Amino acid sequence: MEKINIKINGREYKVSSELTILEACQEIGIDIPTLCYLKDLKSEAACSICLVEVKGAKALMRSCVTPVNKGMEVYTNTERVRIARRVNLELLLAGHPKDCLVCDRSDTCELRKISFDLGIREARFPKVSKVELPLDTTSVSIVRDPNKCILCGRCVSVCSSVQSVKAIDFTGRGKNSKITTFFDEGLSNSVCVNCGQCVMVCPTGAITEQNETEGVWKALSCPDKFVITEVAPAVRAAIGEEFGLTAGTLVTSKLVEALRKVGFAKVFDTQFSADLTIMEEGYELISRIKNKGVLPMITSCSPGWIKFAEHFFPGILAHISTCKSPQQMFGAVAKTYYAKKYNIDPRKIVVVSIMPCTAKKFEAKRPEMKSAFNYWKNELKLENKDEFPDVDYVLTTREAARMIREAGINFASLKGEDFDEPLGISTGAAVIFGATGGVMEAALRTAYEVLTGKELEKLDFVSLRGLQGIKTAEIDIEGLKLKVAIASSLSNARKLLEEVESCKSPYAFIEIMTCPGGCLGGGGQPFSLNEETKQKRMEAIYQEDKNKALRKSHQNPAVKALYKDFLKEPLGEKSHYLLHTHYAKRKETPYGTEKA
Amino acid sequence: MYEKTILIKDTDTKREDLTRQAYTQILDFLRHNDQHSRIQVVRVADIGLYDKGLVIKILPEQITYANVKEDDLKRIADAISFNKGRVEDLVYKPKSKQERLVLKNCGRIDPESIDDYIACGGYLGLKQAIELKEDKVIEEIKTSGIRGRGGAGYPTWMKWNFAREVASDQKFVICNADEGDPGAYMDRSILEGDPHAVLEGLIIAAFAVGASKGYFYVRAEYPLAVERINKAIKQAYDCGLLGQNILGSSFGLDLEIRLGAGAFVCGEETALISSIEGKRGTPHPRPPYPSVKGLWGKPTVINNVETLANIPQILLKGGAWFAKIGTATSKGTKVFAVTGKVKNSGLVEIAMGATLREIVMDICGGTLTGKPIKAVQTGGPSGGVIPEHLLDTPVDYENLQKLGSIMGSGGMIVMDDDDCMVDIPKFYLGFCVEESCGKCSPCRIGGFQMLGYLKKITEGAGNINDIAQLKRISYAMQKASLCGLGQTASNPVLSTLKYFEKEYIEHIENKHCPAGKCSHLVTYSVIEEKCKRCGLCFTNCPVSAITGDKEKGYSVIQEKCIKCGKCFEVCKFRAINKK
Repeated sequence: MEKINIKINGREYKVSSELTILEACQEIGIDIPTLCYLKDLKSEAACSICLVEVKGAKALMRSCVTPVNKGMEVYTNTERVRIARRVNLELLLAGHPKDCLVCDRSDTCELRKISFDLGIREARFPKVSKVELPLDTTSVSIVRDPNKCILCGRCVSVCSSVQSVKAIDFTGRGKNSKITTFFDEGLSNSVCVNCGQCVMVCPTGAITEQNETEGVWKALSCPDKFVITEVAPAVRAAIGEEFGLTAGTLVTSKLVEALRKVGFAKVFDTQFSADLTIMEEGYELISRIKNKGVLPMITSCSPGWIKFAEHFFPGILAHISTCKSPQQMFGAVAKTYYAKKYNIDPRKIVVVSIMPCTAKKFEAKRPEMKSAFNYWKNELKLENKDEFPDVDYVLTTREAARMIREAGINFASLKGEDFDEPLGISTGAAVIFGATGGVMEAALRTAYEVLTGKELEKLDFVSLRGLQGIKTAEIDIEGLKLKVAIASSLSNARKLLEEVESCKSPYAFIEIMTCPGGCLGGGGQPFSLNEETKQKRMEAIYQEDKNKALRKSHQNPAVKALYKDFLKEPLGEKSHYLLHTHYAKRKETPYGTEKA
Repeated sequence: MYEKTILIKDTDTKREDLTRQAYTQILDFLRHNDQHSRIQVVRVADIGLYDKGLVIKILPEQITYANVKEDDLKRIADAISFNKGRVEDLVYKPKSKQERLVLKNCGRIDPESIDDYIACGGYLGLKQAIELKEDKVIEEIKTSGIRGRGGAGYPTWMKWNFAREVASDQKFVICNADEGDPGAYMDRSILEGDPHAVLEGLIIAAFAVGASKGYFYVRAEYPLAVERINKAIKQAYDCGLLGQNILGSSFGLDLEIRLGAGAFVCGEETALISSIEGKRGTPHPRPPYPSVKGLWGKPTVINNVETLANIPQILLKGGAWFAKIGTATSKGTKVFAVTGKVKNSGLVEIAMGATLREIVMDICGGTLTGKPIKAVQTGGPSGGVIPEHLLDTPVDYENLQKLGSIMGSGGMIVMDDDDCMVDIPKFYLGFCVEESCGKCSPCRIGGFQMLGYLKKITEGAGNINDIAQLKRISYAMQKASLCGLGQTASNPVLSTLKYFEKEYIEHIENKHCPAGKCSHLVTYSVIEEKCKRCGLCFTNCPVSAITGDKEKGYSVIQEKCIKCGKCFEVCKFRAINKK
């Protein structure tokens, strides 16, 4: 990498010749405001906020797309630059509602922050559109408000480049431009997989999750209901950020105490059902290998990926493990085994899951996710109108934090408590579900011991860890060479799936997580565009694994008890009804997208 | 086939028509000298000159003799029969300041016939190019000094050279025929009148940069142009001028037409590329420039129709010949589409350096109404107005820019006292707002906001601060828009503010439109002395804002009047005052 000399604001610097002006400035500690720029993605340079003056250039240059050149002279803070940035920002504000007080992104809005930072104290231009555009509320996961959209195009970039889904794009021209779905039919009628990466990158409140906190509050205040919650692994490594703690602070016990104080009757752990998932999925893998079943087997924990496969790769659905995700296994177990054991009417149990994910909202509402209802149907003489889902409400990490704030709990000062038993007991293998590669590692820990009957000495499969998009490894299980691959983000998954589709995949087992970095970078996590934050969250997750006394799923005593008292054996009959599911190709419509 | 053609027409209308006699005499001479199988004589109905006596035109040399007397006929026939050159004393030297390089074949040859084009020296430029080899071709273009005719005036040789120097397995050439300025139709006329010239230019460009595939990007609204390019391409394939081994060389080129759906912004290079790729026609940040990374990520040269039409002649006659025409920085000729309040509207091709006054007054005959010219708009919606007192400026890229306008693609609109200098920029800005792709905020919102202020001013609701706001937004649009459309959209506003700020202030402070154009600011009243009490205004007023009867006379109720101007229009006695 060649180093070149450039001048920024009159000072000489030596920077890499491959940088853009923006990156060079960031390197030397000058923050240039941006609204459409996203690291590592090709910038469309739409927002025109990151302007700088380059000596010799007629117009001001967009620093996010202009590469540095030898001898270049850049000025980031001249009168010309300031005026142009301000006027542009004011123009954007003219088209943006001023309802910051009641906006979901109030505190985290980048537009608001930049307006403040650039000293805009007055919006001088008249409002652009007097007509309110309708909100897209068709999706159970994500709400889009075109009125708040500033057309930066980040969501479009993420959806197409990172996820290769292309559910949304620009339509219309000039002042009628907007971002929408195919034929304006709404997210639920598009190929959207509900991953929520668009929510993460949106600089304003134009894309948010479907708010389910109201329903949860209502259930909590209903004396008749037994409201329990399950917390996903990645949540504990991130929710602290919502309360001012540094990224990567593990707040598991504080979170448990906070949720108990919010009013949940029992605070359980999705990690319990993650261990359960490993039992089922591990045995499924072993069975496929032994019985020459369909290989490679692909994990099924990530609901965004499942919908993606149903849309784009219907031909390989047989490769996907039939195991439900931990969230759904929890719901099914809570409303059957737990209800029976503690003699609670399953109709009164309300399961609230706290997830780093927006796609989980969709998953919980899939029509097939009602196995507890089917289980009780005959015994309690239930009719169809009594139907209840396995999981009632799904909150994102952000929504959970909102509830904790609203309840007036000083999160940082909490002492911490433990999860309730028995559905709160988990092993280290379950913790790492929150990071890309984690499900694979957890499965291998169990599969190794089941297959060989020996104890696994080295538990850390280091080659499976890290934030890279695709990781591959060959695992030696006493002579059985198992080729495995891990993908996070759907564009990476697509690469592996194309191999599977054309029967060229060399792997036996593939783990796919929808979001870059796995659940820790999920669409329901605290807002952050920072790669470092993900790294910190990941470190916290592996730390938690190390701290656990038990680190292999099959050692989980609560899971063992569940099999002994209720399920009998992995892949058994009860498991089949309660813990496994099926997938189907999504119907095609004349214009190419598919409806659920 | 005849080698030469003699056209004859007696243009003197005051006496007996001598065409037939002259025709017989020349034909006799030719027969006598056994030349009649080689040279044909044609009596034409109109030769394009009037009151110039007997006019004789020799083709293909394009020599015109005027005021030919009976005795001269023999000399002319003799000269043509025995290749003795021109009869100098009879040659007609027109006073017109036009110089036709690009339009030279338009209207003279059958645009659908490649033979016609070849007969006029067509495809010799290509032959020359292939003999010169690539480097020399670019050298020749560099010597000629030709700059892009699409608007920005970027040196053509540099575009070619960049693309030539990039190593790539595939390169493209594109002819940008997405002409979209309101009132401009130069490119269309060239494509319809001489498609092979453009085609030849494109083939030469492809040869010079090493492209093996090219596109004509044409508006679908130009069906005849599309048809003729299609025919030209087919004919060129049939003649071995396209396809593999062109003119026996190892150079090969395939051409295709891509239709534009009419978005103005697709004339911008990067948007045009997106459009060809089948994507939304929105501009992309540069660098990388298309010459380096263009269509499908490959080096791509995009040239305007008029630029390409110049290329064959530059190759044929040499870059030095071309460089002699025009000014120091702007070489060659430029075609303008002159419209508006002008007597003779149409296409004008002049050497760069001619003044605007020469174009508007001498060539186009001044205003239609005889009223004084107020200003001339060049460069279409991206250009600006140039007031009357600056009309003596020689036309070239730099001068027009200095005046706050641009050369643009060559639209020229003449305005007289009846044109309002707030209304004109409002029209152009409205066009740009309509045509903005919506990608970047300065253009999308800025243009819209400016239009709002202009509307306010023309409706009499303006505030003196609005002028400052217009300037602020203009600044941001110029400096921060992604493409030329946004960067130049404010030019009409800025130039009118520069030269006619008083008119803005008049609108704002006195709620008065000096040109009487802004309907909201006009008051209509009945001039009693002139009124004949016919009642036409009374019966035609759509809102019954005229009161009175044939006895008492009529008057306008101002509160009711919607300023539609119907009364003014129907009054036969000019008894309605519009102020």
